[in-house]
Amino acid sequence: MDALLPSLLFYAFAGVILGSAAFTAFARDIVHAAFSLLFTFFGLACLYLYLGADFVGLSQVVIYVGGILVLLLFGVMFTGHQTQETEKRTVNFYWGLALIALLGAGMVPALLKAPWAVKSAAELPEAKSTISSIATLLMTDYLLPFEIASLLLLMALIGAVVIARGETKTDEGESPETSA
Amino acid sequence: MTDSHLFNVLVPSLLKMVVIFHVLLGVVAYLVLVERKLLGRFQQRVGPTRVGPWGLLQPIADGLKLFLKEDIIPTKADRVLFIAAPLISMITALLAMAVIPFGPRFELFGIDFGYLQIADVNVGLLYIFGITSLGVYGIFLAGWSSGNKYSLIGGLRSSAQMISYELTLGLSVIVILMACGSLRMSQIAESQGDGFWNWWIFSTQWYFIPGLIGFFLYLISAFAETNRLPFDLPEAETELVSGYNTEYSSMKFAMFFMAEYVNIITVCSIATTLFLGAWHSPLPFAPFTSVPGVIWFLAKVFSLVFVFIWIRATLPRFRYDQLMHFGWKVLLPLALVNILLAAAGLIAAGSF
Amino acid sequence: MTIGIEHYLVVSLVLFLLGLFIVVTHRNGVRILMGVELILNSANLNFVAFNRYMPDSALSGNVFAIFVIILAAAEAVVALAIVLAVYQQFSTIHMDEISNMKH
Repeated sequence: MDALLPSLLFYAFAGVILGSAAFTAFARDIVHAAFSLLFTFFGLACLYLYLGADFVGLSQVVIYVGGILVLLLFGVMFTGHQTQETEKRTVNFYWGLALIALLGAGMVPALLKAPWAVKSAAELPEAKSTISSIATLLMTDYLLPFEIASLLLLMALIGAVVIARGETKTDEGESPETSA
Repeated sequence: MTDSHLFNVLVPSLLKMVVIFHVLLGVVAYLVLVERKLLGRFQQRVGPTRVGPWGLLQPIADGLKLFLKEDIIPTKADRVLFIAAPLISMITALLAMAVIPFGPRFELFGIDFGYLQIADVNVGLLYIFGITSLGVYGIFLAGWSSGNKYSLIGGLRSSAQMISYELTLGLSVIVILMACGSLRMSQIAESQGDGFWNWWIFSTQWYFIPGLIGFFLYLISAFAETNRLPFDLPEAETELVSGYNTEYSSMKFAMFFMAEYVNIITVCSIATTLFLGAWHSPLPFAPFTSVPGVIWFLAKVFSLVFVFIWIRATLPRFRYDQLMHFGWKVLLPLALVNILLAAAGLIAAGSF
Repeated sequence: MTIGIEHYLVVSLVLFLLGLFIVVTHRNGVRILMGVELILNSANLNFVAFNRYMPDSALSGNVFAIFVIILAAAEAVVALAIVLAVYQQFSTIHMDEISNMKH
């Protein structure tokens, strides 16, 4: 009984993630696809929490759901809602299906058979909050990557503004749709 | 899990959930009346008086009216998203209340109820930011799925506004985290006991500065987050009819409406917990400390709500480009400078 | 039935394959970006899962997942800016029609 509920939870999360991801892959309407991605990201966040990674899980919600997906939706809106026209012309549909079927058929047995050097679920220690340990790690062992990441973010910010402005001299970095 | 353990954990949290949820929805209904009354007073009118004594039954009449209206779905609308949008707005608004500590620990019938808080998670503040960032979707999808250009522009405006001001909202609160060293809401609340000079807004540790700046930055971006005047551009009835909810009627409209008020209460409760000492009394001696913590908490929340209504009655609406300039070129740099100030103050005080 | 590392690996693999499928079959720039995000997320799931099942690894999986999220954010911003710039230039984001360099 004690082990049943957690595993059911896992299957529920996995079902949400894979179902919505499949919808994203096969949906005609690009806004529906983006909306379904919301459930994928959210389900993944739940799975991270389930794995005891509380900080990663909540960063997933704040950054992916609150940031990246909104940006994607903006992209959809600004580039014109031309689903009928473009989505009919998905290329390589059957080749794509064949490719992922082949890769899946090859990799699933391989990763089920591989002797992973991990502990079994029974001997895992109790999950505890990871926030302060992650903070310490970021300021000690991973200080250089941390600083480089912040530099990268700054570069991405400036780069995005410069690219999106283009030749149109609008006073806002984020209103390039005026020239369309 | 033994039976008594189950009982001791499950019953208190279920009870707290039911009580907080119902009180919240009741408060939201009456908040609308309070707002109309106050706006009336601000404008030299009396506000609603006809339904019941002093208009006290007005919320019930409003609710009944909304229930009985015809529920219209425009033919050009995207049905699924059109129905999902108000649900998302409402659910995300309610979910954020789960981690707010309304009162101190208490016992009832010999059972330890813990804090008056539905879930005392150790990442409470991050959770709140995660949930509030979901609120954008309700408005965005409402605007898009209505199949109406006013709604679409309202939705786009509002999402741009909300993600811009969310940055400031998050950065203004980081100051508290640095001083307090915890993301757990109850612990942040506990750290501000014994008199108003220990509240983070006034914290003497910093000679008042970062706490005060942080509070005002938070409050300003909270106005933008909840789409209230002076930042209610998504609705802007003079230019956009009424923005993202133009096509909505009946209960779906009511959901957006309620979500807005739940959001106001949420941001005010967060501000109370983080800056205004949560349930602690302003002065640490007898007549003040004998008042229950919940009362203090609610008093602080409603003073902030009053400020929200006051500002609505006072200020005109921003223009869209002014809004963006203000958010990115004034508030955001101020929030960053504020974090530096707080760090300097903490190092000077030697608490690192 | 307890949940082992294999369960996570299978979920992550299917997620990866779906992302790959999007990138291969769809020609809309934003849609391709969605596929890339799915692929990044599948890798992240592996990092976090392995971190959980290898308790001696001192949270390095979690930290790496955070870096991946940061990179994904930066990548999404720049890619979207490029998509918008392309749209201004060509009035389409159908990737096969943008073939000016082919001659």
